[in-house]
Amino acid sequence: MAFLEIRNLEKTFGNVKVLKGIDLEIEEGGFLVLVGPSGCGKSTLLNSIAGLETTTGGTISIGGKVIDGLHPSQRDIAMVFQSYALYPNMTVGGNIAFGMEIRGVPKPERDKAIAQVAEMLQIGHLLDRKPSQLSGGQRQRVAIGRALVRDPQVFLFDEPLSNLDAKLRVDMRTEIKRLHQRMGTTIVYVTHDQIEAMTLATKIAVLKDGLLQQSGTPAEIYNNPANLFVADFMGSPAMNLIPVTITKNGSGVSISTNRDEMEPLALGIPNAPAGLAAHDGKEVIFGIRPEALTDRDGADRNAKNIAESECLIEVVEPAGSDTFAVTRLGKKQVTARLRADVNVVAGQKTKLAFNLDKAVFFDPANGQRIL
Amino acid sequence: MTTVAKTETELTQVSSTRVSGRAWLQDALPKLVLAPSFAITIVFVYGFILWTVYLSFTNSKTFPSYTLTGPRAYQRLWRWTFESDPPSSWYTSITNMGIFGFLYIGICLALGLFLAILLDQKIRGEGVLRPIYLYPMALSFIVTGVAWKWFLDPGLGLEQTLHQWGWTSFHFDWIKNKDFVIYTVVIAGVWQASGFVMAMFLAGLRGIDGEIMKAAQIDGASSFQLYRRIIIPMLRPVFLSAFIVLAHLAIKSYDLVVALTSGGPGGSAWLPSNFMYEYTFKRNEMAVGSASAVIMLMTLTAIIVPYLYSELRERPR
Amino acid sequence: MSTVAISERRKTGAGGSRTLNRIVIYGLLAFFALVYLMPLFVMLVTSFKTMDEIQSGNMLALPQSPTFEPWVKAWGETCVGLTCAGIKGYFWNSIKMVVPAVLISTLLGALNGYVLTKWRFRGDTLVFGLMLFACFIPFQSVLLPMATVLGSLGRFGMTLRNATGYSFGFGNPTVNLVFVHVVYGLGFTTLFFRNYYEAFPTELIKAAQIDGASFFQIFRRIMLPNSLPIFVVTVIYQFTNIWNDFLFASAYAGTGDAMPMTVALNNVVNTSTGVVEYNVNMAAAMIAALPTLLVYIIAGRYFVRGLMAGAVKG
Repeated sequence: MAFLEIRNLEKTFGNVKVLKGIDLEIEEGGFLVLVGPSGCGKSTLLNSIAGLETTTGGTISIGGKVIDGLHPSQRDIAMVFQSYALYPNMTVGGNIAFGMEIRGVPKPERDKAIAQVAEMLQIGHLLDRKPSQLSGGQRQRVAIGRALVRDPQVFLFDEPLSNLDAKLRVDMRTEIKRLHQRMGTTIVYVTHDQIEAMTLATKIAVLKDGLLQQSGTPAEIYNNPANLFVADFMGSPAMNLIPVTITKNGSGVSISTNRDEMEPLALGIPNAPAGLAAHDGKEVIFGIRPEALTDRDGADRNAKNIAESECLIEVVEPAGSDTFAVTRLGKKQVTARLRADVNVVAGQKTKLAFNLDKAVFFDPANGQRIL
Repeated sequence: MTTVAKTETELTQVSSTRVSGRAWLQDALPKLVLAPSFAITIVFVYGFILWTVYLSFTNSKTFPSYTLTGPRAYQRLWRWTFESDPPSSWYTSITNMGIFGFLYIGICLALGLFLAILLDQKIRGEGVLRPIYLYPMALSFIVTGVAWKWFLDPGLGLEQTLHQWGWTSFHFDWIKNKDFVIYTVVIAGVWQASGFVMAMFLAGLRGIDGEIMKAAQIDGASSFQLYRRIIIPMLRPVFLSAFIVLAHLAIKSYDLVVALTSGGPGGSAWLPSNFMYEYTFKRNEMAVGSASAVIMLMTLTAIIVPYLYSELRERPR
Repeated sequence: MSTVAISERRKTGAGGSRTLNRIVIYGLLAFFALVYLMPLFVMLVTSFKTMDEIQSGNMLALPQSPTFEPWVKAWGETCVGLTCAGIKGYFWNSIKMVVPAVLISTLLGALNGYVLTKWRFRGDTLVFGLMLFACFIPFQSVLLPMATVLGSLGRFGMTLRNATGYSFGFGNPTVNLVFVHVVYGLGFTTLFFRNYYEAFPTELIKAAQIDGASFFQIFRRIMLPNSLPIFVVTVIYQFTNIWNDFLFASAYAGTGDAMPMTVALNNVVNTSTGVVEYNVNMAAAMIAALPTLLVYIIAGRYFVRGLMAGAVKG
């Protein structure tokens, strides 16, 4: 049985439905990342778990106990906020111990707990400082410390890294992951950064417009997106989504798309998903990630089905570790990920390899995956 | 198995009622805290306004009377509005209001903007000058009225000083002249509020994005053009705020007139606020006083309510 | 080569007119500074002059033989109406009125601002709008009903005194004025705190809720300790406004021993009996101005911020 269970959760603000029946769960010790564009309802969902917002329908339970209607402080959760939300008038130690102070925990016990957390996060030397005297990374640690000291059943993180600069963000990401591995406490984590989601999660839930689009392991989400939105949202650079026409020829299926100043691109699709044949003669969306569209020598050697086609390169973007090349298929700009030292020149044609094992198809009518 | 399940449901029910009791208190406490202030406002502001409106429709004289007698007080005010020769007190009050309001707001805006632009030229000693322009706002007009009265007095103040310095033909007796006394109120009023308007404009100027000025300079705009074409148009919201503040101060001006002129010769410096006070408390014409208060309120409401409405609506929730 | 020469020339030309420009700007600023300072200066020098000197000399001249006599007289001897015991009693009246009125209205404003920003409910903007409008009304429109109500409270106080020997503050003019100033100051104090708390991070409240702090604990432990600037602004603004008020003071405590400083000063200045002692009047005016002037000199920055908060969008 799942540890944190969310059943048919609904939330309305006036006439606006922010959450439209969310069903989601995570096992004990799991790391659930809620991801989606701003306004998708992910923060509202997190606040609902925390009890900071009252829901209008559905239930939430932790460890089998329904927590609806309980005050935030009685839900056995702890939260780390985007702005860290450190009380500016209290010292670091005071911040960490405030919750215990409110509950009437005697001072010696509080000091012991502070010392323990401080040691774990290496912030012992900061305990007497005010938050304004700390750097961004230090504040982040204190905020985590304040959550840790509660020793809750579930940690809630609300975009905790978005106020840090790029390098520090990567370091803290690793640190949070390490902390999770060591403590083994269940975590629910909100972010709009899909890389954070991929690297941290044991389970990702993608939200949009108050609806759960897909939930699953990072690999599932990445390789088998359930719809166009998930395919487009997860991954950077984003998945290429190209409108193509389906042609049925015997038992096989092939796709084709027009190109400016070149003959149309036509590719036979081996092992095509069963649903694809039904779209014979119609347009579907062909999805292929940049890393599945490479130069010939860079193609995945374990791939079973690789098709090649001459393409006109419009722009070349060397990124150090890779080189990205932009071409155009059926009016759409398409990004290919080439090896760093590959010899391509903008304005010239070159052969690109399509790894069709990784190809996915979507129905343009409803955006759903064709399986 | 069934029994266990049942007890569990019961337990949740029990705890949920207890929780909802506490939740109710949690939910209601903020409103309970706000309630006294809100109730006070409703009773002592809106209730009292209605009360005043009611009184204006009675024949109250020295003491409030609660028999409605129709809009007689308003009819009298309406008649007085056109009684210009000899001027009725009400005629004097509202013409004074027009003169005072127009000049006070106009000069304060112009002078405030002018001083703010001067101060915005990277002035050394800005920290000393700014408080000097602003201090009148911190003083009661009863206090500064004493000084202004003295300063404007022909026998003691400016006139006498200039006579002593040799300019014997100088003549300045506005404060004793019933046709000009209102202009002395304008002078003192501008002196009091223009520094504040300056501070508002200065804050507005400091809030303008420096890159816009750089862009205009690169486009070859002279300082004058820069101000006329770019900066002053960008200060539009400040003009609006300053206008609202000044209009509201103008309508409320009361102690200004009392302290400076004690009403002027024959009440010639009265503003509607003085009219209201005199008629209500001194001339035993409570209904007329109330009616004039209602008219003042309606004038102010016409200015303030649209402004407050737009201010509060713009705030994102 | 020639371009360089031209730009050189232009630079020197610009430099010359620039200097002239600066002189004009500083000249204007200094002139206006003198104009603004003039009334205070006249008031100050006159309050140290003897009557002889005032009648013979120039109002802008410094006192030839400075004397504290007018100040002493204004404080302890001058006549207010029929009593000739100086203005000291009225000064204390003002203090007794201002201190409680400022404290109560500020504290209520803080609580209101806290509720209106951090515990929002349906219709909160309307509630705030109604309270805010109250600061802008001409007080003439509530003057009379308030007088009637205060009159009734006074009679109630008499009854109480007859029955119990103690009026419990009912009918006491100072108590009345405190009440009036709290009522009509609430809009401003609420506005100040609401604007300030609007920018106060709501996440701190959420964090405190998770830490188990109650409504009042959050207010006392989280909001109040971080509200010093707005407290200073509000207290100074209210202090100045209430101290300087004349309309309410003259309407509800216009006669008798309880009148506040402003009313007393106006009576001193407008007493028409005998020779007008300008130096004493000026000294009395200075004494009445001193508290707000001191506050302005010490914390003018906050006073201006308060004025602006009442006018410009936070």
